[in-house]
Amino acid sequence: MVRWLKRSYIYLIFAFLYLPIAVLMVYSLNDARSRGMWGGFTLRWYVELFQDRTIMNSLYATLIIGVSSALIATVIGTMAAIGIHNTRGVPKKLIMNVTYLPVLNPEIVTAISLMLLFVFSRMRFGYITLLLSHITFNVPYVILSVLPKLRQLNKHLYEAALDLGCTPLQALWKVIIPEIMPGIITGLLLAFTLSIDDFVVSFFTTGSGVSTLSITVYSMARRGINPKINALSTIMFTFVLALLIIVNVRQAREERKERNGRRVPKKDSPYDPRFGSA
Amino acid sequence: MKRLFLTPYVIWMVLFTVVPMLLVLYYAFTVPTEGGTTWSLENFTRFFQPIYLRVFIRSLNLAVISTLICLLLGYPAAMIMAGNAFKRKHVIMLLFVVPMWMNFLLRTYAWLTILERNGFLNSLLTFFSLPRVNILYTNGAVVLGMVYNFLPFMVLPIYSVLSKIDKGVVEAAGDLGANPFQVFIKVILPLSLPGVVSGITMVFMPAMTTFVISRLLGGGQFTLIGNLIEQQFLVVGDWGFGSAISVVMIVVILLSMAVMSFFEGEEKDVALW
Repeated sequence: MVRWLKRSYIYLIFAFLYLPIAVLMVYSLNDARSRGMWGGFTLRWYVELFQDRTIMNSLYATLIIGVSSALIATVIGTMAAIGIHNTRGVPKKLIMNVTYLPVLNPEIVTAISLMLLFVFSRMRFGYITLLLSHITFNVPYVILSVLPKLRQLNKHLYEAALDLGCTPLQALWKVIIPEIMPGIITGLLLAFTLSIDDFVVSFFTTGSGVSTLSITVYSMARRGINPKINALSTIMFTFVLALLIIVNVRQAREERKERNGRRVPKKDSPYDPRFGSA
Repeated sequence: MKRLFLTPYVIWMVLFTVVPMLLVLYYAFTVPTEGGTTWSLENFTRFFQPIYLRVFIRSLNLAVISTLICLLLGYPAAMIMAGNAFKRKHVIMLLFVVPMWMNFLLRTYAWLTILERNGFLNSLLTFFSLPRVNILYTNGAVVLGMVYNFLPFMVLPIYSVLSKIDKGVVEAAGDLGANPFQVFIKVILPLSLPGVVSGITMVFMPAMTTFVISRLLGGGQFTLIGNLIEQQFLVVGDWGFGSAISVVMIVVILLSMAVMSFFEGEEKDVALW
């Protein structure tokens, strides 16, 4: 009985979390423009969505910024993590504290501070400012994903590689990087999702003509309901769901493989609620 | 070699994190004059005018209410999910996290469809011949939007702390004669406090500073402190005043974090005895 009550409570919470998404999905197939009633099944909004130049352009911009900022942030962040790992004392503390600044700062403060910088240095607002801002808020997350992997690393591995005749650069490239790869990949994915999801920083650092998906949705939503946004949400949700299922199935399969094979140290990744703690 | 690796990041950090923050401080503490700029506290004194103070109080108020609701809804949820009510725990956790992967703006926009005058909620109410409600563009809608968006930030840290609690400790308390309520108050709650603290910080911070939720669901007439900053930068163009409000906000958040970590630390000391 208690168990039944507990389960119903969780199901209620789930209903609360999923209700808005379900409503959007149903209305995206509704032919009536006024949401009050059901006007029959239609795919009209999906067709119109793909014909909408503004939305398609902003989708394109979002993907370009997402991919390039994630890649650049991953390179800078991984190098920084290796550097930080080998630094001690006050400099390390100082660097770590500044690294946490964009993570802890309210988004809007990061956004306006970057905007002030770009105004101050007379840069033209557009793709470049957007890209610089996204790299800036992404790098700390990459560092925080890679650092734990470096801490787990066997210290003697690098020395062994040197003893066996590697140059420092070879040892790094052939031994260290492959060992910390899972952390780097986590950082890359995290950076990409953060970039795609971002609204506040993009809103303040973009110029006329360049608009990400979030900005387009914001300006459309301010004018009221738009069935095309419903269609867009449905597609995005389905996509994310499929991606998550694939990732999880793969993870489960790998874990089973690992359990059957050698014992592996427990995975340790930085705390991000969207990755759960499972 | 280590210097070679660190240099790009240090340069980046100085250029894009440190310098921008200094610029915010600079704009906050200066006012433009005929010849250039002078140091002044005018931007801050302006903030303490009643109209702006009212905005500040309203933001604080809504953020506290949302955080409390998240805590009241989230703690039991985290406890149930950390317990053994479900066989496939990781599937439940995954289901809980999935909605967060959807774009934040789309999630907020979804409530617009539900709450609007001819929206889903009112069609449902009319169908059961109940009176219609108009909660869109009220404080209630803003709180709802905040709770919806930030609830997982409360549940997940509490969940991860609760699932790490040694079951032996809980059983020992029961064996030593504590009833379930006492076990909860004296054992589980104190042990889960670090999770509660980080949950509260993670909900309170974005709730205090959001301008999107209030703009979309509050309909613009219920300005919060985030909207005030946005207006100063993008509409009015008064960067000094906007920066000053940002500085005030950072101070409030730092203070609340300090208070929270004080509570956390105190409990740890108690637990030692």
